[in-house]
Amino acid sequence: MITSFLVKSLDRTIAVAVAILLLLAVIVPALNLLTAPDHPLHVPTYMVSLFGKYLTYALLALALDLVWGFCGILSLGHAAFFALGGYAMGMYLMRQIGARGSYGNPLLPDFMVFLNWKELPWFWYGFDMFWFAALMVILVPGLVAFVFGWFAFRSRVNGVYLSIITQAMTYALLLAFFRNDMGFGGNNGLTDFKDILGFNIQADGTRAALFAASALALAGSLVVTSGIVGSKFGKVLVALRDAESRTRFLGYRVEHMKLFAFTVSAMMAGIAGALYVPQVGIINPGEFAPANSIEVVIWTAVGGRGTLIGPIVGAILVNGGKSIFTAAFPEFWLFALGGLFVLVTLFLPKGVVGTAQHHLARRRQARAAARKEDEQTDLEDAKPMAAE
Amino acid sequence: MTEKNPRTLLYLDGVSVSFDGFKALNSLSFVVEPGELRAIIGPNGAGKTTMMDIITGKTRPDEGEVFFKGDIDLTKRDEAEIAQLGIGRKFQKPTVFENHTVWDNLELALNRGRGVFATLFYRLTGEDKRRIEEILATVRLTARRDDLAAGLSHGQKQWLEIGMLLAQEPELLLVDEPVAGMTDAETAETAILLKDIAKTRSVVVVEHDMGFIRDLGVKVTCLAEGSVLAEGSIDFVSNDPKVIENYLGR
Repeated sequence: MITSFLVKSLDRTIAVAVAILLLLAVIVPALNLLTAPDHPLHVPTYMVSLFGKYLTYALLALALDLVWGFCGILSLGHAAFFALGGYAMGMYLMRQIGARGSYGNPLLPDFMVFLNWKELPWFWYGFDMFWFAALMVILVPGLVAFVFGWFAFRSRVNGVYLSIITQAMTYALLLAFFRNDMGFGGNNGLTDFKDILGFNIQADGTRAALFAASALALAGSLVVTSGIVGSKFGKVLVALRDAESRTRFLGYRVEHMKLFAFTVSAMMAGIAGALYVPQVGIINPGEFAPANSIEVVIWTAVGGRGTLIGPIVGAILVNGGKSIFTAAFPEFWLFALGGLFVLVTLFLPKGVVGTAQHHLARRRQARAAARKEDEQTDLEDAKPMAAE
Repeated sequence: MTEKNPRTLLYLDGVSVSFDGFKALNSLSFVVEPGELRAIIGPNGAGKTTMMDIITGKTRPDEGEVFFKGDIDLTKRDEAEIAQLGIGRKFQKPTVFENHTVWDNLELALNRGRGVFATLFYRLTGEDKRRIEEILATVRLTARRDDLAAGLSHGQKQWLEIGMLLAQEPELLLVDEPVAGMTDAETAETAILLKDIAKTRSVVVVEHDMGFIRDLGVKVTCLAEGSVLAEGSIDFVSNDPKVIENYLGR
């Protein structure tokens, strides 16, 4: 059952993309660690971390594509799930600091000592263990998405109204995490990380390993989403996206279908956030900012929604552009981003990958038609010969 | 009021519903027997579509009873549950899944597990494949099986939707204006198809096309202002002075 699910998921483009990601997971760390800094093929550590960050963005965009591209749920709050996963990882990293903090408290992170707290809040228990934190990285965003989706989909909130309440959700979380009393470091968030799984978080080897982990997580998620989308369940998702009430009258519980896709998507976003935090070294409430979620939508649209590969390409292209652009003309970046979104919506509604796939399919069709014609003329040519 | 018969497939009694003060249905009573093909006519706003909305769970009645197969109360169930009980519905405007192939449209409609995990791990069995091929032949779309539904003509979409209803294997089929926008030839073929379908299940057809209803040759119910005006053969109903005044005469 599971194997057939996986085999079905591996259509050709997906298989190529997964292979590329697996190769990157090996080659980039190798070029970083095994070559001398002056070697022409050497990849500097800052590049490894930068591209590792892009890969976590790509995973977030892929998660959004599952709900937006295939289910028609335009979530404008997906960065919230990313940030929740990031906070879960950040809490683990905070507790790894131990007595090495500025105040030298073995149990309490610095910000709690600063706020004069005497003991660790209950929700910080267990985060000293990696397995527990890893579980929370998936469970917390999943649970938030499940509860949110349960109410939203059951009340049949759709379209722009749903988008608005997802935006409200991330904004509410932003305000909540800004408060010092919440116990998540308030405005400053969580930072000054030292170790992850006993390895120095600044070390080249750890950075390379985090890059590899991000590439593997993206490859794995691509296989899972592709399997979901390729199954009959995926067909139901597209069906309810295009004609929701028709799908209901066929006997499908539309709200259950959406809830499952939304929850899985939020879990993937949580994993992305958890891989992001150790690579950038900080998580603060700014990650919940509504604008972040909207940026994810732009990456997905630029790459091509509903294509799975598109959002990955889009996230890397736009963020690569952002890195270059903000260095060269920092004040123009937001204009460029806005302009890009307008241009893509007007001229490339299927996004970069969607448009490319469309042209390829057309060319293949034309070639197949030409071949058929050739065969027919061949047959006609052959006929008089046979008669002779 | 109509007597409740345990054999009755669909039973509506005293159903009323109003929207913003407008009474769409006014104490409507209506019975469909198993294996019956019934036509419903009536002027615009007579409550034909509202009646279908009530039967399929889209709208809740303000008062009245709706029972399926004797004792299943339809007013307490939602669309998906009612569809799973065996009531299929065809919309006025053909609604098929345009981004799916004709084959996938039928596969989705097939009466199989509809839960998240049942569909996630679904595999096409030989039996399901045969069933889909059979339906493709019935609705004459075998040659188009791998084409996207978006590319079908209007008439073909109507037929695909009827095929999807067949795949659902309902005991009761509600069909809203199946021949709207069809050519005369298509209309005649649709009449044959519906009569064929009605051999194994009950069908309720809402239609404006009197010629089509004559082709069907079945019992006719005329609705007006949310309740039944007349019921009987097409000749009986079309000679009823109230029907002429309310509907045909205008």
